[in-house]
Amino acid sequence: MTSPFRTAEGGRIDRATTLEFTFDGQTHTGHPGDTLASALLAAGRHQIATSIKLGRPRGIAAAWAEDPGGLVQIEEPFPEPMLLATTVELHDGLVAHGLPGQGRLAEISDSARYDAVHHHVDVLVVGAGPAGLAAALTAARSGARVALVDDQSEAGGSLLAGTDRLDGAPAPEWVAAAVAELAGHPEVLHLQRTTAFGSYDDGFVLALERRTDHLGTAAPKHVSRQRVWRLRARSVVVATGAHERPVVFSDNDRPGTMLAGAARTFLHRYGVLPGREAVVFTTNDSAYDAALDLHRAGVRVQAVVDARPVGSPRREECERAGIRVLSGAVVTGTQGVERVTHALVARFADGEVGAGSAIACDLLLVSGGWNPAVHLFSQARGRLRYDEVLGAFLPAEELEGLSVTGAAAGVFDLAGCLADGQRVARAALTALAVRPPGEDRLPTAPEPVTPAAPLVLWRVPDTSGAGGHTSFVDLQRDATVADIERAVGAGLRSIEHIKRYTTIGTAHDQGKTSGVLTSGITAELLGIPVQATGTTTFRPPYTPVAFAALAGRDRGRLFDPERVTSLHDWHVAAGAVFEDVGQWKRPRFYPRPGEGMEAAVLRECVAARTGVGILDGSTLGKIDVQGPDAAVLLDRLYTNMISSLKVGSVRYGVMCGVDGMVIDDGTVLRLAEDRFLLLTTTGGAAKVLDWMEEWAQTEWPDLRVHCTSVTEQWNTFPVVGPRSRDVIGAVFPQVDVANEAFPFMTWRDTTLDGVPVRLARISFSGELAFEVYVNPWYGVAVWERLLGAGRPCGITPYGTETMHVLRAEKGYPIIGQDTDGTVTPHDLGMAWAVSKKKPDFVGKRSFARQANQDPLRKQLVGLLPVDRRTVLPEGSQIVELHPDGQLPPPPVPMLGHVTSSYRSAELARPFALALVKGGRSRIGDTVHVPVDGTLVPVEVTGSVLVDPEGARRDG
Amino acid sequence: MQLIECPWCGPREEVEFHYGGQAHVPYPDAPAEVSDEEWAHYVFFRDNTKGRFAERWCHSAGCRRWFNAIRDTATYRFESVHRLDAPQPHATELARSRRSTAP
Amino acid sequence: MNPGPSHAPRTPGADLPEHPDFLWRDPEPKRSYDVVIVGGGGHGLATAHYLAKNHGITNVAVLEKGWLGGGNMARNTTIIRSNYLWDESSAIYEQSLKLWEGLEEDLGYPILFSQRGVLNLAHTLQDVRDSVRRVEANKLNGVDAEWLEPDEVRKVCPIVNTSTDIRYPVLGATYQPRAGIAKHDYVAWGFARRAHEAGIDLIQDCEVTGFATDGNRVTGVQTTRGTIAAGTVALCAAGHTSVLTDMLGIRVPVQSHPLQALVSELLEPVHPTVVMSNAVHVYVSQAHKGELVMGAGVDSYNGYGQRGAFHVIERQMAAAVELFPVFARAHLLRTWAGIVDTSPDASPIVGRTPYDNVYLNCGWGTGGFKATPGVGWALAHTIAHGEPHANVAPFTLDRFVTGALVDEHGAAAVAH
Repeated sequence: MTSPFRTAEGGRIDRATTLEFTFDGQTHTGHPGDTLASALLAAGRHQIATSIKLGRPRGIAAAWAEDPGGLVQIEEPFPEPMLLATTVELHDGLVAHGLPGQGRLAEISDSARYDAVHHHVDVLVVGAGPAGLAAALTAARSGARVALVDDQSEAGGSLLAGTDRLDGAPAPEWVAAAVAELAGHPEVLHLQRTTAFGSYDDGFVLALERRTDHLGTAAPKHVSRQRVWRLRARSVVVATGAHERPVVFSDNDRPGTMLAGAARTFLHRYGVLPGREAVVFTTNDSAYDAALDLHRAGVRVQAVVDARPVGSPRREECERAGIRVLSGAVVTGTQGVERVTHALVARFADGEVGAGSAIACDLLLVSGGWNPAVHLFSQARGRLRYDEVLGAFLPAEELEGLSVTGAAAGVFDLAGCLADGQRVARAALTALAVRPPGEDRLPTAPEPVTPAAPLVLWRVPDTSGAGGHTSFVDLQRDATVADIERAVGAGLRSIEHIKRYTTIGTAHDQGKTSGVLTSGITAELLGIPVQATGTTTFRPPYTPVAFAALAGRDRGRLFDPERVTSLHDWHVAAGAVFEDVGQWKRPRFYPRPGEGMEAAVLRECVAARTGVGILDGSTLGKIDVQGPDAAVLLDRLYTNMISSLKVGSVRYGVMCGVDGMVIDDGTVLRLAEDRFLLLTTTGGAAKVLDWMEEWAQTEWPDLRVHCTSVTEQWNTFPVVGPRSRDVIGAVFPQVDVANEAFPFMTWRDTTLDGVPVRLARISFSGELAFEVYVNPWYGVAVWERLLGAGRPCGITPYGTETMHVLRAEKGYPIIGQDTDGTVTPHDLGMAWAVSKKKPDFVGKRSFARQANQDPLRKQLVGLLPVDRRTVLPEGSQIVELHPDGQLPPPPVPMLGHVTSSYRSAELARPFALALVKGGRSRIGDTVHVPVDGTLVPVEVTGSVLVDPEGARRDG
Repeated sequence: MQLIECPWCGPREEVEFHYGGQAHVPYPDAPAEVSDEEWAHYVFFRDNTKGRFAERWCHSAGCRRWFNAIRDTATYRFESVHRLDAPQPHATELARSRRSTAP
Repeated sequence: MNPGPSHAPRTPGADLPEHPDFLWRDPEPKRSYDVVIVGGGGHGLATAHYLAKNHGITNVAVLEKGWLGGGNMARNTTIIRSNYLWDESSAIYEQSLKLWEGLEEDLGYPILFSQRGVLNLAHTLQDVRDSVRRVEANKLNGVDAEWLEPDEVRKVCPIVNTSTDIRYPVLGATYQPRAGIAKHDYVAWGFARRAHEAGIDLIQDCEVTGFATDGNRVTGVQTTRGTIAAGTVALCAAGHTSVLTDMLGIRVPVQSHPLQALVSELLEPVHPTVVMSNAVHVYVSQAHKGELVMGAGVDSYNGYGQRGAFHVIERQMAAAVELFPVFARAHLLRTWAGIVDTSPDASPIVGRTPYDNVYLNCGWGTGGFKATPGVGWALAHTIAHGEPHANVAPFTLDRFVTGALVDEHGAAAVAH
């Protein structure tokens, strides 16, 4: 396909290189510097798709992110739903098609990389148009740390889209010089293709940099496709320009209808004529530039239709060029099928439409004025005011640390924008106590011509007979003036209700062109000021951002850090199956070839109960508590007495919340009068440290105590079973491991080849056991020593599953499994761990509440399935049968639930732990557990099923 | 994301901090002697002020110290931060006569 | 209407049903009402509807400080389910779900209640235990629930990443087939229109500034539109409850937090159900027009600002792409926030206050939308009879004193 609408020369495209792309199955060509939209326009194609609800043809209506018409689906190089043809940079091999409404996600996963960078600056300038460049230059010249971000492929903004001259030369030359100067300042970060999409508190601005999309398949794989910049600026200068606003009239959606400024952009920036015969419909002076520029480029401008009765001082300029100017006239509609063929033009006075005629054209340019792009200001909670003259919302206040300049602040002439950008930057520097630069010259811009006042015209009365049903306000939602009328007629007054009733502003463009129009039309219909109607809230993001870009690197294994112990590689080599416990990877069991979990766990359990087993317990939380008042703090936080613990001894302790519910448990080693080592659950370590520090700092700041996490400073290896004494004795021959010399619940320090090791007689299985503590640097070596010494007695590594079985057989609860935040120590049968001597500890007072006295509180008990076969699923509910032996109809009263359930090698039958209402009073009863549609009878027992006398702990 | 002034470390990103709710809620001197209702108020009830609010924060990913702040819960703006050993800020100003009209 | 020439087929499903031609009047407040409901959100409007429909009480005003249904009602992710753990919770949510099943007919409004099912994913062994516990409790309470293994999860929702080599593999899920979503504005407007038709005054831009009291009774509600005398007052202000109870000198154990949510552009159907995950924090559905609707985590600090911090959204996106790799190039189109009033046990507080004629309805946290018809029904009953309806009786303010909490966070694991 050729590009018949490409100009012979000009534009900022690289005509020496030709790119090939496919749109809707047709091959086209374009050049580097083109967007998909400009290349399609060059080929003469306006229509992109059909509309979502009505199936009407829709085309390119603007030149950048405000375009409501040109939604496309990218297919190659990788499927991406719903982008604007106007913002897709052309590259070789691009395959795309128009989208009627819904985008399509890829079915394969996206292998592109995404990342994020934090960057801190003194001044962040958003937008590299004239105001933004002036502001950035001033800030840079002061030596301040500056970031300049702009969403387009090159800096310049409106200067690339017109015929402005600065210092007597085409404005892009000044832009190039400014960019070069900025590059010479070492403290300046200048990013193009970077859209600031969110503005948050304290100068926090998020920007998305599109790093490789424009390279297509040539994009290097090692470079992230998109990058989120988390910019923290002491001062933000918003120089985001303005969006041109259309005027609504009947059939205003027909392809070939375009914002006037966009036509200038396509001409000057991309070297594209958007049509051959144009009608320009305007309410303000800015569109005259479009008319004159297109005329000079060879477009036949059939008429400038100016809604203002007096027209513009620029009328003469047009007439000299042979362009007819119709003042006091409006476009009332269009004709054509898939492209405009005629504009319907009529007299317009005092809001009334008069007689009209059709003017042939293939391009209808529209300008209803300009809406400052106040999104970032508004997101930062800046208040807006409605400006009656401009018919637009402007910043109504100064925000601390955020200022708005240029067209975004309602300044529309070039000299004014440059001066305003400089002024705002100097003020920002001064506020930051940075001396503004002495040498800070602005380029000379032509004297601005004072424009004639614009007319604020939201819509042209519909004389087409369609009753406003073809007067489109939000093209992406197919929402019309008639829809707004209907919403108002339904009794709605709030602009938020109007938005929801009509769905205006909820589509891809988030109301960039339709928002202010809706406020204006609604105000008109209700007969109230536009200020009273207001706008709907501007919400981040300014333009859509890919999920993956925001996910960044936090995917896959980096979604959440994996914590592993120093033995992890050993576990992997041993074939361990892992379990996620909090962020930790813990071996769950070590299957032998051909062995399933059940067999492996039974084997591991037998080893620990009859020989010796070894566990990597290094993930247990460890907190070093030091200070003269350490014992006082622990007495206040544990339910039992800790201060009476002797140095060298160990005690089990329970912690409760202020509500009296168990939050964690573990053992406490007293290392010295003023020093303790606390063991916590794996999952509870961080919470317990937080908890202790919170109390120590905020409630009892007088206590001289410090808490330090030492979880990762110690490996912990429980060596468990009747043969454990042999193993420990063999590895640590200098330690007297006899029961009398090293009794239960004591600890000893020793060394192994000069490496400090701590041994403790703690048992979470009921068996004789020693815990071995060593610096993780030596963890593997010590572990292997223990394995070596244990080989003669068949030492067996075991995982968390076996650990759980062993402890459950002894009735030891796992906090978080056998408890759920509603369980007291008494409910667990641990009244013995609740001090009666201490006047107070955290949670004590809650034990006295009414609900705590209820005899039907759920209590931890054991369950033995009567059939001796069924392993009750954990989580199963426990019910009482009706006297007739049947389940009553729902709701069925429940007695409690199964918290832990295993097959026991020791008992040669399955067993469970459960929380049961009034459980201890039901011991000996038979209750029922529904399992897969049958009722399994189970006997309620005490919670300790193995060695209730505690005869085994000493070996 | 806000920049929060840790009184020990200076301004840091919001993600480094842990929120601790209302400040200056004292643990009862003698819990055993308070009524169930008073105890329930200590355990569960906190002010939920819209506007200036005295609250606790912890610089948990930094110095791990707790501090107090006056922050506006409507604007989220921090007015001031205070070390725990500093006097209670504006205590009288923030004090409320909440129960004065209750039956 | 005349839509003009049609050139191409509409995009299937991208359209929504039309709203009625008339919704409600904007009346001036009268001097006095039998019942004044403070808060014109879902709960307030539903209460008004059921007062009229079930109890014939129509001399009622609903006072709304902004626009009707403009608070959490317009901001939530519309998940409806009843698979809560505790008997007390499942009773009210299940009754609510039954009302949802007949609501379109009751309201004569196309509320788009879509019973597409909800999956609650389990990622750890403890998640599995908690899930089975909840499923078994649900079944015994007459709530439809099942436990699905990962291959069954994949059948219900093929795009969930059930690979075993992700950071937190999916170990299974609970599934409630009758659960689903609805279109929030349509629900609010349906209730509002019915209330309006019954003669109830819906008064917008009417902010409560104080209460006139006489001993144990509130006699009038002071507002920005004058003082309105009230026989009975019901507080249905969600995140702003404390602002009202502070005026009354009632202490209520709720804390208001921002809760953010977000939406993508319209996409061809990819996600047939609702998926919630606690460990990989996601709850997502694909709404009627095709947009992905997703909720984020609660911002940690107290806040009334209807906005939150962006790192919460970034984390949400990471979780979404982790669980749904095909979402990678979907685009975040819009973010927003509501204000949730969270209670200490993650259960609501409904019922009496120290004032004889003031009823409280708050503490729904992130879960209020699904309860809309259920709580409206029960609160209307409570107001009409002066006695708590059985479904709200367990949710008294008093439970925090006795300790008889209905603690849904420990056990149910997933809020929202």
